[in-house]
Amino acid sequence: MLLFLILCPIVAAIVILAGAPARITAMCAATIELLAVIVLLVLFVGSSRNFEFVSSLPINSDWRLNFTLGVDGLSLLMVMLTALVLFAAIWFAGTIANRPNAFYACLLLIAAGALGAFLSLDLFFFYAFHELALIPTFLLIGIWGSGNRYAAAWKITIYLATGSFILLLGLILLYRSVPEAARTLDIRGLQTAARAGAIASGAQNNIFILLLIGFGILISLFPFHSWAPEAYASAPAPAAMLHAGVLKKFGLYGLLRVALPLLPDGAQHWSTLLIVLLLGNIIYVGLVTIAQKRLDWLLGYSSVMHMGYVFLGLAATNVIGTAGAAILMFAHGLSIALLFGIAGEVRRRTGTLVLGELGGLAKVMPFAGLVFGIATFAAIGLPGFANFSAEIMVFFGAFSRGADMQRFHMFQIATLLALWGVVISAVYMLRAYRAVFMGPLRATIAQSPLATPIPRLPVVLLVGFSLWVGFFPQRFVKLVAPSLKPAATLAQK
Amino acid sequence: MISAPVLEFATVGLGLLLLLIEAFATTLPRRTIAFAGILGLLAVFVATFFVATPPPNGGFWNFYTADPLALFFKRFAIITTILVLLMMIDYAPVVRAFVHGATTEAGVGEFYALPIFTCAGLMWMASAIDFIMIFVSLELVTVSFYVLVGFMRRNAASLEAGVKYLILSAVSTGFLVYGITWIFGVTGETNLARVASAVIAGVDRGPALFGMALVLVALGFKIAAVPFQIWVPDVYQGAPTPVTAFLSVGSKAAGFVVLLRVLAPFFMLPEVQRLLVGIAVLTLIYGNLAALPQNNLKRLLAYSSIAHAGYLLIGVVAFAGNAIAFYLVAYLLMTILSFAVLVVVSQTGGDSIENFDGLSRRSPFLAFAMLIAMASLAGVPFTAGFFGKFFVFDAAIRQHHIALAAIGVITVACGFYYYFKVVRAMYWEAPVANTAIPVSALTRVAMVALMIAIVVLGVYPTPVLNALR
Repeated sequence: MLLFLILCPIVAAIVILAGAPARITAMCAATIELLAVIVLLVLFVGSSRNFEFVSSLPINSDWRLNFTLGVDGLSLLMVMLTALVLFAAIWFAGTIANRPNAFYACLLLIAAGALGAFLSLDLFFFYAFHELALIPTFLLIGIWGSGNRYAAAWKITIYLATGSFILLLGLILLYRSVPEAARTLDIRGLQTAARAGAIASGAQNNIFILLLIGFGILISLFPFHSWAPEAYASAPAPAAMLHAGVLKKFGLYGLLRVALPLLPDGAQHWSTLLIVLLLGNIIYVGLVTIAQKRLDWLLGYSSVMHMGYVFLGLAATNVIGTAGAAILMFAHGLSIALLFGIAGEVRRRTGTLVLGELGGLAKVMPFAGLVFGIATFAAIGLPGFANFSAEIMVFFGAFSRGADMQRFHMFQIATLLALWGVVISAVYMLRAYRAVFMGPLRATIAQSPLATPIPRLPVVLLVGFSLWVGFFPQRFVKLVAPSLKPAATLAQK
Repeated sequence: MISAPVLEFATVGLGLLLLLIEAFATTLPRRTIAFAGILGLLAVFVATFFVATPPPNGGFWNFYTADPLALFFKRFAIITTILVLLMMIDYAPVVRAFVHGATTEAGVGEFYALPIFTCAGLMWMASAIDFIMIFVSLELVTVSFYVLVGFMRRNAASLEAGVKYLILSAVSTGFLVYGITWIFGVTGETNLARVASAVIAGVDRGPALFGMALVLVALGFKIAAVPFQIWVPDVYQGAPTPVTAFLSVGSKAAGFVVLLRVLAPFFMLPEVQRLLVGIAVLTLIYGNLAALPQNNLKRLLAYSSIAHAGYLLIGVVAFAGNAIAFYLVAYLLMTILSFAVLVVVSQTGGDSIENFDGLSRRSPFLAFAMLIAMASLAGVPFTAGFFGKFFVFDAAIRQHHIALAAIGVITVACGFYYYFKVVRAMYWEAPVANTAIPVSALTRVAMVALMIAIVVLGVYPTPVLNALR
């Protein structure tokens, strides 16, 4: 079942490369993928904290290396996100003039890498699947990108490769820090060992900082964020949707899945540093975002900024905070995918994304204006959208960490500062909306020919899921909480 | 069951036979010689699986061993030679253009026969456990390389490479002999096991270490470690491409086997450890940084071969035979694959990366093969190259050489830049010409086999890891 989820996009990519009609095959694969995930969601029991649908294939006994797949609430949420965004990205891709087959194959391979990483229970494959997505990303930006695409492709590739190998160093150290008898690459085995206190506190500190930097580079944690806006600005819209919406979440997923549960002392040790860095994400990058003059750069920076909230939820290390972080990953994936998708449509229609040259587009692209508005509200975190319920959980979780009624500690102050981020994001998102869709329509744009209509179905799906989570977050909290509880209880000891 | 040395005798015999055929059967198409060589080597390869367990030490077996490490690297040498011969068949037109003789095919026959002698030397080297034997087999390898590197005698670059290789190699041989003399002078032994027991029993450490350092210089030359790498870029660029591949894989692998054997007696000495760490760090940094600005693919691969020597040296510092063996196998597959593509593509223009522009349009197959090779060289997961780096870094961490592993990790990021430069040329840029590039069926089969091996070992490394048991 899970293997099918990973193989479906890979097989589709191979078929497309072999010469099948690109767009139709890719759409079929994405639809099948989405349906399969819905089936998985129905079949998923979710009452225990164990992984379900576990299957294992031994690779090497000396290393206790197995190709193990399994799914729990957290990974199910991420798989759902991947299937939704992949579906939307392929719909939004439209007709590609230059080598369409390779384009769609690269998109599918990125999704396959993300799915493999989310579904692997083995550290090696968890790592390997993610890095596999590097090559299609490099090709997508380099071949089909716009603007300064060469520099952007190099930057993202070298940044992510460096991050990945720092991460690899951390993971090997983690593997070696467990005593011989319990040594394994299986996440479940490592969690058992960590609960038994098998990883020494000093070792935890060293490993955690490596993982934090390694994953941090992949997530665009301040000050390692500078690759992200440039890459997203240059990437073709579907690639930006998939990367910002899904692939970047791999790092956060890794922190939630590996770093926090296995290294609670390390997380404790470095929490001050993490707080400072995530405030850098929220406040500093937030202010930088306000200054942006192009829509694609603005969206890229905003996606960097929103990672700060997720980090805040992680830093809280309690169930409500981490569950909020997990749901925020999902919510942000939906909203940023919509925003990048619409931005791509705007570029296709007008040929520019400079805010000063746009305006009044709501008159010629009413549906795009509506969708962009909805996504803007979601991104700001207005009540009713998934982002709101997630962010409020993050804030509550962070605020309640170590709270006493006498005076404020680090976490309370950090939460208060982070709340200002909501205002900052309202400022730049609403400004962007006004600049693009309101005001007088430019004559050059009004005369330009109509672009293809914006696909409705994926928009409805993404918005629908966002509203569903926004109004009924309980269903999703119940889904992810069991997989986060062990981490949280260990960290709170 | 056969005795192990028979393998080497058979290989030498095969080489002599092919030379005789080349000399007397003048009407025979030269290509037949290559095919005969490949078939003969395949037979020897099969025979390596039927080697009798050697008797305990004594007599000949003081010089020669047939332990799993030796057998493993004998097979390694044979496979390398077979692949190089296949590449040489594609390269023959270039050789013909630069070797004038009475017939149009003059010289091509020797070009096919010489690698078989090199192969015999490499196989012998894998089994050598005595300094004398190591020296003799090393010379057999080196002398045949002298001829091969300068083979295209009407080509100035090839001649220059040959002379450079000859002079520097001779100097390094001098260092080797001198080092062996010092070690022999102190311990009174040339057999490695007895040298080891003499060192443990306590000899004068200074002279022994001095001898060891001199031997390291000679081996550093073979494996292209900094600061003995000066010859590499020019010789690699000037030599006929299949010979470059052979140098880069065969010579390096043999150097590492000997290094593992020679170091064993001295390894516990902290001075040797420190020296090796220093060489490894220099090699990693120099190889990777110097590769960054290269525009000629052959030269780029030369620097990359220095960089990979650095990663292998991390394995040597951690004394992890398994990790080194796996890395060398991965290195064999990906290096030969990239040189094989280079041989085909360079005949349409040249060795520079610009000549690869838009290769994905001209020949999607070659571009994809090169993509796999470059991804593996860079260390992308699900390729053999990634597992190689993974095992080497793990071995370093196990021995608490964290700083060394950290330097290795950072230099890997450089690798992504210069290997992806080739990928960029193939997939981003507009084609230099619109003509398709023909690939012979045999080459195509060999390339597909290499690609499959790279991916399979990248997912399932166990067969190679178990081969050393």
